[in-house]
Amino acid sequence: MQIIDMNTTDLRALNTALQAGEAGSAWSVHNPAGRHALAVGLMEDMTVTIDGHAGYYAAGMNQKAQVTINGNAGQGVAENMMSGAVHVKGNASSSAGATAQGGLLVIEGDAGARCGISMKGVDIVVRGSVGHMSAFMGQSGNLVVCGDAGEALGDSLYETRIFVRGTVKGLGADCEEQPMTEQDRTILAGLLERAGVTDCTPADFRRYGSARTLYHFHVDNASAY
Amino acid sequence: MTDHNHDFTKTEPRFSATFDPFTISQIQRAAATGIYDIRGGGTKRKLPHFDDLLFLGASVSRYPLEGYRERCGTDVVLGTRFAKKPIHLKTPVTIAGMSFGALSAQAKEALGRGASAVGTSTTTGDGGMTPEERGHSSTLVYQYLPSRYGMNPDDLRRADAIEVVIGQGAKPGGGGMLLGQKISARVAKMRDLPEGIDQRSACRHPDWTGPDDLEIKIEELREITNWEKPIYVKVGASRPYYDISLAVKAGADVVVLDGMQGGTAATQEVFIEHVGLPILAAIRPAVQALQDLGLHRKVQLIVSGGIRTGADVAKALALGADAVAIGTAALIALGDQNPELAAEYAKLGSVPGAYDDWQDGRDPAGITTQDPALAARLDPIMGGRRIANYLSVLTMEAQTIARACGKSHVHNLEPEDLVALTLEAAAMTRLPLAGTDWYPGKAGF
Ligand SMILES: Cc1cc2nc3c(=O)[nH]c(=O)nc-3n(C[C@H](O)[C@H](O)[C@H](O)COP(=O)(O)O)c2cc1C
Repeated sequence: MQIIDMNTTDLRALNTALQAGEAGSAWSVHNPAGRHALAVGLMEDMTVTIDGHAGYYAAGMNQKAQVTINGNAGQGVAENMMSGAVHVKGNASSSAGATAQGGLLVIEGDAGARCGISMKGVDIVVRGSVGHMSAFMGQSGNLVVCGDAGEALGDSLYETRIFVRGTVKGLGADCEEQPMTEQDRTILAGLLERAGVTDCTPADFRRYGSARTLYHFHVDNASAY
Repeated sequence: MTDHNHDFTKTEPRFSATFDPFTISQIQRAAATGIYDIRGGGTKRKLPHFDDLLFLGASVSRYPLEGYRERCGTDVVLGTRFAKKPIHLKTPVTIAGMSFGALSAQAKEALGRGASAVGTSTTTGDGGMTPEERGHSSTLVYQYLPSRYGMNPDDLRRADAIEVVIGQGAKPGGGGMLLGQKISARVAKMRDLPEGIDQRSACRHPDWTGPDDLEIKIEELREITNWEKPIYVKVGASRPYYDISLAVKAGADVVVLDGMQGGTAATQEVFIEHVGLPILAAIRPAVQALQDLGLHRKVQLIVSGGIRTGADVAKALALGADAVAIGTAALIALGDQNPELAAEYAKLGSVPGAYDDWQDGRDPAGITTQDPALAARLDPIMGGRRIANYLSVLTMEAQTIARACGKSHVHNLEPEDLVALTLEAAAMTRLPLAGTDWYPGKAGF
């Protein structure tokens, strides 16, 4: 385990070291003190523990690495993640997992607004609740919310699947509740297991998806008749 | 002889200036379809533009350079503020961001080939980076847009510069659009969208909102790319003084300012024609913002929107820009609006010179299409030559003017070399009205 203390290391040195880190290596970042852009652009299958709170864009654009944040995370945690996993032990601010294309993002606490905005293939599991406009324009991947969802859930949704256990304050444009299929249940069960969620089962959740009415501009063609 | 057939008891049919034939056709179209008109290109109405400025040239009080012999530099370095690897271009004319998706792969390749041949840069667009484009562009700027289609750290590191797009001149405040006809299997896969849908992308970035957040976003991008790449911030011209100030405060190395004449692949007509500022009105406040921050020429300014000739290039530089970008003119150089395609344009209800259904995917020139048969009409090698030729002409024209003004580098052109032909242009640029030493707003009228 290699330890980097942010009281004595600057951000550039931290990220340079981590980006050069070898597969299988293990790192611990002490005194992160809410610093932004911690552990961004990692490229190898290694483990990184951020021991405290992280600012914006922690683990941004992650590839392969397993990053754990032992605290809260600021805006855009794991934004545009490609693969690997990011685990937030506390709460996450807005735009968690924004545009992420792969990997697994687990948030033990609550997530703020726009969780999973424009997500493109990532799997996100939130143990608590998510704020408004979550999964806005979600393109693919899965958002699992064990608590409640705020207003305008799944607004302008594409093909992301959304699973919510608690209440949904309101659905966004073109988002609708859909029947849970066998395939959905399998996906959900797998995600709960990967996220280490043992206190709820797929049967507790409802499934939301795109009604696909916004996929095409509506043209009336009144003159054609 | 009198014309006994003419009925003098009636006046001629008279068209309304308010409800002119085009406006009437717009109303009829709206009533027939129930959807706003979407098209490509930029503003078509007449706007104050570079044509409203003139160079004075040298004479007794100024000393010209010998036209063909004396050196007149055209190179430009972009990204000198923070980036470890600024980019060096041989000409200040760059190719603006246009997506693979909006344009065919052949068109993107041709742009890359042409730009590389003359030592300038080309730019990706709202759809990610293609290997063809990277392979054929010696200097490639990678756009970072609200949609983040195809965005990934490998391409970010493969790029020579990163352009954070906040807006574009054709639609400041609007997001991207690509209609279903152009969402081919390849385009859909790159963007992670269902094939054939009408894609409407977001107008705001998903993970930051104001300028303070932008500063943090830029820091993240630099951290991911080892502080090597110049970071551009592109804005549509709307409140240039404040927008440029804030982009610079957020840490931009280069700012890109796109006026309302700037082209688009697909946007609502109402947006194209009614939102934003003409580039002529936007350059002076942008330069002022840089000067007030003490960063003019340290943070480079690229302007675009209706650049057509070397005179436009020279005027933009004289007003204080470091470089320009071209979109529409590059497409024309590739073969858009070709008169030989008149019969095919007619089938699409248009004529050479007015074709603007770039959103539609049926471009007979093979440029704004994803149809394999149409796209195959554009030979990327020949297209690249045409682009290189055109870029060379723009550069030589700008040099011609600079030498005539006595400048040994195009960047030595200055406002003092220019006058305004109209009151509007004088007011917008603070250049004196031709023949006077006065511009509106200056005391002493
Ligand atoms: C076909 C086409 C596609 C475009 N796509 C993008 C884009 O993806 N991202 C962007 O920032 N600007 C885009 N633009 C705008 C150009 O980058 C540029 O701002 C504009 O074309 C400059 O004005 P001009 O066309 O008058 O030269 C596009 C323009 C055209 C014509």
